[in-house]
Amino acid sequence: MAVGLPENIFITKLDAAANWARSNSLWPMPFATACCGIELMATAASRHDLARFGAEVMRFSPRQCDLLIVAGRVVMKMLPVLQRIWLQMPEPKWCISMGACACSGGVFDTYAVVQGVDRFIPVDMYVPGCPPRPEQLLAAVIEMQAKVRRTGTVMGREFAIRDTPVGPTPFDMDERYRIQDANLVQLGGFSAAATGTALKGPANHG
Amino acid sequence: MVELSVLQERFGSGITEHVFRDNRRVDVPAAVLFDVLSGLKTDFGFSVLIDLTAVDWLEYEGATDRFTVVYLLLNMDSGERLTVQTALNLPNPTLTSVYSLWKAADWMEREVFDMFGITFTGHPDLRRILMPEEFDAFPLRKDYPLKGRGERHNFPVITRSGS
Repeated sequence: MAVGLPENIFITKLDAAANWARSNSLWPMPFATACCGIELMATAASRHDLARFGAEVMRFSPRQCDLLIVAGRVVMKMLPVLQRIWLQMPEPKWCISMGACACSGGVFDTYAVVQGVDRFIPVDMYVPGCPPRPEQLLAAVIEMQAKVRRTGTVMGREFAIRDTPVGPTPFDMDERYRIQDANLVQLGGFSAAATGTALKGPANHG
Repeated sequence: MVELSVLQERFGSGITEHVFRDNRRVDVPAAVLFDVLSGLKTDFGFSVLIDLTAVDWLEYEGATDRFTVVYLLLNMDSGERLTVQTALNLPNPTLTSVYSLWKAADWMEREVFDMFGITFTGHPDLRRILMPEEFDAFPLRKDYPLKGRGERHNFPVITRSGS
């Protein structure tokens, strides 16, 4: 016997209800270290108005956030800070890597700059550009909302299964050879060319 | 205007001078550097240390010494500027700190120590200023590779299930 629902009541799954609420109230943690941070501010400002997507509440305490936006290059000294902020954010949480530097180090291929934050923290969404326009970040936030609705569960079960680092392997082989050469030159004064050829055997990826 | 002859008479004949357009540069042996700088401050009125930095001349054509430490001085009364520089070599490049003369030398000497490994005796707090504390190389030395020795990859990886 069918029972008619009263007005203003609808039936759904608990996961879908949680996802609906979470995806429409993403609270970003702005980790702005460079020019991408300016674009991030522009995204939140009146012209582009991030509030249209429910993500305007920039909180400067990681305890109140669920979307980490890494905007700008991250140097060696800053990475432990970034990791600590990520660990301080309560579940469920997501991460957007904004701009070329955060995604891959960008043009700063130097000794002090981390070559992509996805090597050391999980990243859900990459925004290319140097810096990306606010529209691109808006697109990423919309895509992020779609991802939350698609994969989210009320107890965050989807996070438990992703236990391998995403993104590229921490080393590419060329870089590994360069590091080995540099270390050998430092230690024993070998010539870089000779050691470089000697080491290019069937080395395994580290 | 500080005449070279006055400096030579007072601090020895090891002091030489180079002039390029309106820039005067005085080369001083490291042994008498602190005496020269102290004299320039107290007797010649160079009250401001504008900058303190260093240069690595490794593999530079015609270079005889490994490092040059450069002091840029300004006389606030006459507007005169003077560049004082001294040569240093490995191992153990060491100078006397000029923190006692100009407080501005505090962070500048820490930066030179951090980037070049030149130590300044008498500095009150000679720690790294730019690189992390546990960093053990001197990145602006020319024998340090641009992309480092892998320090930038030496961090723990945080995964989804681990956080």
